[in-house]
Amino acid sequence: MTPLSQLLPGQFGKLASLNPERGVDQRLMALGLLPGMVLKLIRKAPLGDPLAVEFCGQVVSLRLAEAENLIIDVSADCPIQRPRQP
Amino acid sequence: MSSSDAGVLVALVGNPNTGKSTLFNALTGLRQRVGNYPGVTVSRKSGTCDLGDGQKVELVDLPGLYSLAAASPDEQVVIDALSGNIAGDRRPDAVVMVVDATNLLRNLFLASQVAELGLPLVLVLNQADVAQEQGLRIDTELLSRRLGGVPVILTSAWKGEGIPEVRGGLAEALSRRTPMKRVTWPVDIAGALAGVAQAASADTGKAISAADAQRLLFDTNAATAERLGWTLERREKPLRSARERVRNSGYNPMAAEPLVHYAQLRVVLDGVVTEGLGKAGRTAAVDRLLLHRLLGPVLFLGIMLGFFASVFWLAKFPMDWIQLGVDWTKGVVAPPLSPYPMLQSLVADGILGGVGAFLVFLPQILILFLFIGILEDSGYMARAAFIMDRLFSWCGLNGKSFVPMLSGFACAIPSLLSTRTIEDPKARLATAFVVPFMSCSARFPIYALMCAAFIGPLYGPGWESLVMVGMHCVGLVFAVPTAFVLTRLVLKVKPQPFVLELPRYQMPKPRDVVWRMWQNAAEFVSKAGTVIFAITIIVWALSYFPRDASVAERIRAEHPTESAEQVKARVQAAYVEQSYMGRFGKAIQPVFDPLGFDWKITVGVLASFPAREVIVSTLGVTYSVGEGAEADSQDLRKAMQDAKWSEGPRAGTPIFSLAAVLALMVFFALCSQCGPTIATLAQETGGWRWAAGSFVYMTTLAWIVSMAVYQVVIRLT
Ligand SMILES: Nc1nc2c(ncn2[C@@H]2O[C@H](COP(=O)(O)OP(=O)(O)O)[C@@H](O)[C@H]2O)c(=O)[nH]1
Ligand SMILES: [Mg+2]
Repeated sequence: MTPLSQLLPGQFGKLASLNPERGVDQRLMALGLLPGMVLKLIRKAPLGDPLAVEFCGQVVSLRLAEAENLIIDVSADCPIQRPRQP
Repeated sequence: MSSSDAGVLVALVGNPNTGKSTLFNALTGLRQRVGNYPGVTVSRKSGTCDLGDGQKVELVDLPGLYSLAAASPDEQVVIDALSGNIAGDRRPDAVVMVVDATNLLRNLFLASQVAELGLPLVLVLNQADVAQEQGLRIDTELLSRRLGGVPVILTSAWKGEGIPEVRGGLAEALSRRTPMKRVTWPVDIAGALAGVAQAASADTGKAISAADAQRLLFDTNAATAERLGWTLERREKPLRSARERVRNSGYNPMAAEPLVHYAQLRVVLDGVVTEGLGKAGRTAAVDRLLLHRLLGPVLFLGIMLGFFASVFWLAKFPMDWIQLGVDWTKGVVAPPLSPYPMLQSLVADGILGGVGAFLVFLPQILILFLFIGILEDSGYMARAAFIMDRLFSWCGLNGKSFVPMLSGFACAIPSLLSTRTIEDPKARLATAFVVPFMSCSARFPIYALMCAAFIGPLYGPGWESLVMVGMHCVGLVFAVPTAFVLTRLVLKVKPQPFVLELPRYQMPKPRDVVWRMWQNAAEFVSKAGTVIFAITIIVWALSYFPRDASVAERIRAEHPTESAEQVKARVQAAYVEQSYMGRFGKAIQPVFDPLGFDWKITVGVLASFPAREVIVSTLGVTYSVGEGAEADSQDLRKAMQDAKWSEGPRAGTPIFSLAAVLALMVFFALCSQCGPTIATLAQETGGWRWAAGSFVYMTTLAWIVSMAVYQVVIRLT
């Protein structure tokens, strides 16, 4: 179990939990990021923040501080090894 | 707003970037109107759409959003518009739901939230061309059946494909009034919703719709409760117990809505989309280059500098032509009016000056929006924000503040308009507030005049360039802390989430880019243009009246030996001195005395309110070197170098000492002497409150810093 903010670029895993009370997480849930979804850290911005994250066939930018509450299970076997990139 | 007429109203709803505006343009053609929603700075675009069977409906293009949970004014407007809660606007009769065919699952989340409103609906799957390229096959009939029989239409708004079918689908939806199939809530959530609706209805005496009950139960913000007038004391207990019930059934109440919708949408979409062989997009590969850790920022700087240089230099030519055109018109219109000097001056300096004053902004606005259009439609704008966000997030702004702030160095007017690309309203406001601090090109003439007349001759070209560069940084140095204080202490925003979709790269369509550029320019001319014109006329009148012929006679009698040219310049100076503007300048000169400004500079500062660069020609008039003085005028430089205080403790010393020169430049770097900026700020922030605040803040700051510079430097030299 690793917070998304500590993933390395290229690493992926399943979303284990998030904090639905937070505004950011509510936004992400609206975009389809729900527990169990496969998610991949594509890259960090040149200054290390924000992050580009891929899930549900879309790439979304979010800030490091906002990625702390997203807990990723990197050991889960992901049926779709690489989520489809648009 | 034209909505009380009996016609049919249809709303366009969808996620951002799905192609709503493109579809809107395709459906309405050129028959569009742009207005504002009351009280918010969200513009309301509406147009007439022909349904092909003779029926005409009014179509509104609502702002893009991902969810009905109202987190921003844009989203609130959509909810209010859809539920008929906007003053002067009725509830739409139907909804055209625009979704991205390449990402149906995410897009249908909003659609199924909208379905809860119970309106007849047409589902438009746009960007069919991209879906086809990616090898996606979509069974629209199956989808239509699963969604309760609503028309489902595949379009490519971009290519104009499927547009007649949308018209037909809309006609069908309006006549059959089929709503989209709604989600089935688990028993406990349904019970909680019913409980909330009942309690709210009992407390407020209003009928509570299913959609309202969902907003009340699921949203953390209280926008819906406040709109319904359900007070905190009254709603606290019923909401807590309803949420408790949801929690006990195994759902986090804040996550229940997306969980239930997404689970059911997966079932709806099962077998609807088949993935075939398609071309892999190039987006990932392009991102590897453009977002590369080292190359990315280098390319970014290259693109942005090229962009800035174009706004700056390309606009110069049409701006010169506009100036030439205005001067030429003056040359044609003014001479025949010479028997009536007042009318001549009104036409030449007031009216033509006023028209020129806002026309001159058009080239920069057009070019800036051309580039912004290309950046946005290509998909690079989101990447630019991604690269720059870190530098802006700490002071409450975000990566999208970069483009407006950069273009602020060319001109604040188009930059203020470009803050529209920032979705977060607080960040948009804060960006708009600091944009006028950027050293725009209108400040250049005063820096150039001062540096060439004083810094260069006294300290050499090295210092001259250093001061020039320094002056361009002064504004930036004060802008950043201003943004920090404004967002943290005044607006008291918690750091806003910055969730930004990085869309796929795409070749921009020239037609769309040009259209958007044109719309922005037209809106600027119609809204801010009139105010800019009025300001110019008022300042003209204040500097013209009163005009007593005896003044001219006295000057002629006092200087019998001088050439006609010299006497004319003296007469003009004398007229300005005794005009309302001159008198006012003299009266408030004591305020500017600690900054080392004499009354002539003070009048220059006041008279340059329509446009900063006017100070140079005003100084030309007050220093009796004639009208039309420019920054490189040798006469003006000499007159200023020779100017001495005639009275007071400083009598005999030069007015333009190093201290006064620096103070004047710093004052212009920070002050808000730009009527057009204030007018545009008022337009973009939806009222005069922020515009007035900006004026008071910048003027006070300019006075304090400039005074400090003068007082320190005068003691050191
Ligand atoms: N490939 C393709 N692109 C489209 C289509 N419709 C719109 N676009 C592009 O998608 C982007 C967003 O379109 P816009 O109408 O501004 O979307 P809105 O944010 O929903 O109003 C623009 O770059 C459009 O040119 C389409 O049918 N196919
Ligand atoms: Mg749009």
